[in-house]
Amino acid sequence: MRNIRDTQLLCDLSKPGRRAARLPVCDVPEREIADLLPAKAIAQTPPALPEVTEPQIVRHFVNLSTQNMSVDTHFYPLGSCTMKYNPKRNERAAAMPGFADLHPYQPEETIQGMLSLLYEMQEYFQEISGLPACSLQPAAGAHGELTALLVAAAYFKDLGEKRSKVLVPDNAHGTNPASATMAGYQSITVKTTSAGFVDMADFAAKLDDEVAVMMITNPSTLGLFEPHMREIADQVHARGGLIYLDGANMNAILGITRPGDWGADMQHYNPHKTFSGPHGGGGPGAGPICVIEKLAPYLPTPIVRKVESQESKVKSQKKYSNQNLALDPPLLTLDYNLPKSIGRVRSFFGNVGVLVRAYAYIRTHGPDGLREVSENAVLNANYLLSRVKHILPVPQGNRCMHEFVASASTLKKEKGISAMDIAKRLLDYGFHAPTVYFPLTVPEAMMCEPTETESKETLDAFAEVLFRITEEDAELLHDAPHTTSVSRPDEVRAARQPVLTWAALAEAS
Amino acid sequence: MSYHYNTPEDKQAMLAAIGAESVHELFDSIPAELKLGRGLDLPPALSELELDQHLRELASRNTAAGDAICFLGAGSYDHFIPAVVDTIGSRSEFYTSYTPYQAEASQGNLQVMFEYQSLITELTGLDVSNASLYDGASAAAEAVLMAISSTGRFGKVILPESLHPEYRTTIETYLENLATEVVTISTPGGVVDSEVLAEAIDDTTAAFVMQQPNFFGCVEDADEVSKVVHEAGALLIAVFDPVSLGVLKRPGDYGANIAVAEGHTLGTPMSYGGPYLGIMACDISLVRRMPGRIAGRTVDRRGNTCYVLTMQTREQHIRREKATSNVCTNQGLFALRATAYLAQLGPQGLNETANLCLQKSRYAAEQLCGHDRFSLAFDEPTFKEFVIRDAENQVEQLLKAALQRGYLAGLPLGRWYPELADCFLVAVTEKRTKTEIDGLVAALAECNLGRAHKELAV
Repeated sequence: MRNIRDTQLLCDLSKPGRRAARLPVCDVPEREIADLLPAKAIAQTPPALPEVTEPQIVRHFVNLSTQNMSVDTHFYPLGSCTMKYNPKRNERAAAMPGFADLHPYQPEETIQGMLSLLYEMQEYFQEISGLPACSLQPAAGAHGELTALLVAAAYFKDLGEKRSKVLVPDNAHGTNPASATMAGYQSITVKTTSAGFVDMADFAAKLDDEVAVMMITNPSTLGLFEPHMREIADQVHARGGLIYLDGANMNAILGITRPGDWGADMQHYNPHKTFSGPHGGGGPGAGPICVIEKLAPYLPTPIVRKVESQESKVKSQKKYSNQNLALDPPLLTLDYNLPKSIGRVRSFFGNVGVLVRAYAYIRTHGPDGLREVSENAVLNANYLLSRVKHILPVPQGNRCMHEFVASASTLKKEKGISAMDIAKRLLDYGFHAPTVYFPLTVPEAMMCEPTETESKETLDAFAEVLFRITEEDAELLHDAPHTTSVSRPDEVRAARQPVLTWAALAEAS
Repeated sequence: MSYHYNTPEDKQAMLAAIGAESVHELFDSIPAELKLGRGLDLPPALSELELDQHLRELASRNTAAGDAICFLGAGSYDHFIPAVVDTIGSRSEFYTSYTPYQAEASQGNLQVMFEYQSLITELTGLDVSNASLYDGASAAAEAVLMAISSTGRFGKVILPESLHPEYRTTIETYLENLATEVVTISTPGGVVDSEVLAEAIDDTTAAFVMQQPNFFGCVEDADEVSKVVHEAGALLIAVFDPVSLGVLKRPGDYGANIAVAEGHTLGTPMSYGGPYLGIMACDISLVRRMPGRIAGRTVDRRGNTCYVLTMQTREQHIRREKATSNVCTNQGLFALRATAYLAQLGPQGLNETANLCLQKSRYAAEQLCGHDRFSLAFDEPTFKEFVIRDAENQVEQLLKAALQRGYLAGLPLGRWYPELADCFLVAVTEKRTKTEIDGLVAALAECNLGRAHKELAV
């Protein structure tokens, strides 16, 4: 039942004199604020926050929550976003006071358990990517891209090389070219072929000694493994450049193939995608990066290190095969001593709460379980592809990795039904829409990523609904969705006459 | 262990529909020589029970703020989190949802973003807010980039030493490969000297970044700084403490053009430094240069009020290399928590929280300075933090001894400020009781006695 009254804006629910929080009485001798602070620094009145009661707040937000689709309530085949199930044990882990209530500047001896977890995460990320060094600092995927590009810039500066360009395929995430610009590079677009792969002729024409980095998403945003990957890496390396792997699509390849083994020099992870951190309505995420050995000196600080005793220096070849992690924990420390480090890209250590969840996820799965994640993600995507391709064309072929991109362009031409129409109508049937109009290289794109945590029955139901929608009347679809409380917001008006706050609303009316 | 559904029968049926012999065949597009060909070298899978036991063991090797009494601050604070905030933040319709690109499926999140933006503008006294960035430091760096592009002044930005050292490093890192120089002015008195600032600032300066209260806990003369900055035609970027605005003037009141903050203190746990909440608000004239997502109010095709993500032509997914920033992810879940927190506190609660921080920290400073060994490093008014100088220059030993007595007593400053190697930073939030403060003072003072006794014994 929709409750409109309690989801009014907080400012409209507010009534002078109401309040929720009661603070303790001051237990130290209290003095006039005017005696403690200079008059010109003191506010005359506190900010005009709403005055509401605790029950009102709870009803307000709980009712608002029901106005969302979410992974816990609906199938979310949102391509490129890996909207998989968010295990509840991960949430419990991150909320443990022994992790959640740690101050970032506590002395190392008081956070050995946390440092152990973070050290292990560095090791796990390195092993999964096949790259030997790791920084857990970046706060999101795009932040990881920026960090890695700054690392590359510091490396080239150290070599005395002036390189000004970053190559980015035209089907890359928008963050790639944006990160290149922010890092001070010129972003150069490399074409992809109609088959969805890097156009090798265009790539060769654009590769020169000015190229610092080639950024590549593999598997690509079309859900395809780049067949020329090794060749691209070899050519970039031959010109002294570096390969950056956008790791958004790691869910397809865990334990199957590793970026470091095909020539990637740097990559980020999206633990909130691949390792099941919840998306939180837009964040938080995390964006740890792994790099090759020669780039390690430039990583942001600190890095977690083991203080090696003489005995522990005798290493077995495999780290985890016959070892109980809990036995005889080694001393761990934060290493700030990287003289060539780029510095830092944020305050404090990193998005630790997200990393704790990723740790719980990796420990839950183990090596075989992670491979099965990718196997099932790819199986589900191929199965959905096998059903969808009879309804909407999938220009880039019969097989995919973890996601595929269908096109509504024929439907658009023949019946005037757009990808957006289909996306909106899917909401009526209780499915979140796929990612639409991305990548830009496919007209009327609908990018579907079912993930491994959906059943065959759900995929069948989705395909059946999709088919039913394509048979529906175009007019009905133009006005979809019909069952939601809101339908087709006027986005042009929102952008041209922006109303971004209560105050602006009051002014407008 | 897994969260997938596929039974062997499902797999067979699915493979048959695909027209593949095996799951392995689905990976045929990966050249054989690039395949790993072995299992990942990772520890074996744990059951939920084993995982829980393992994590509890790891957690038990940490000393949490509940185990020791936390007087650490410097950008991360042990403030109280009301239960309501956890209840709302635990609604999985919020935390397992995606970025609200499909407005019809996300009205809950979008209205929360709109309310968050509204509260942040009330809090800061500025016109507009985005729907959050990663954390305070990266928000400060984004604000600097915004100031450079909007003023068209590529010469320099000026930072004072009284700005958090990690914020300064972050800004320097962001600007390392761009044309703009970062100039740092010293603040030996603990606050910005407006004459020194006036000397450094010129018509190539895009912005000055002022932290209020600053890294040392001192209250800057914001009006004076603002005057100097604006006379030079530069922008004032304020780094503020949200809780302090229950008592202190808002950034908009003293003429800040952009205000950024670490917002974890509004209902998000310390969590060893992240994930946190980057707050950013600005003057309306700068809104089209603002990074990050913004929610706006509009109407739908039926004429009903609703909310959407708006002004997306600023953003990377539309503008690619010409975007205002590469930012994609925000901190939606913590923007939600901050919204619930601010609603729970209300104007009175925020004022009382700020006042408790002020009263208790000033009490703690006075009690500590009642001992000859300790003095305030700076002769400036403070809000909830202060810098203590140890006359014996034994900061590390002193803090270690206090830890043994159960106090995370403060942060040594020598790592960032060699001239303050004999100093440490103490933060006192509303959570600290008089008993705890008196205990801290006793622990630090007795450590002093302990040392004296030892000397006598020798």
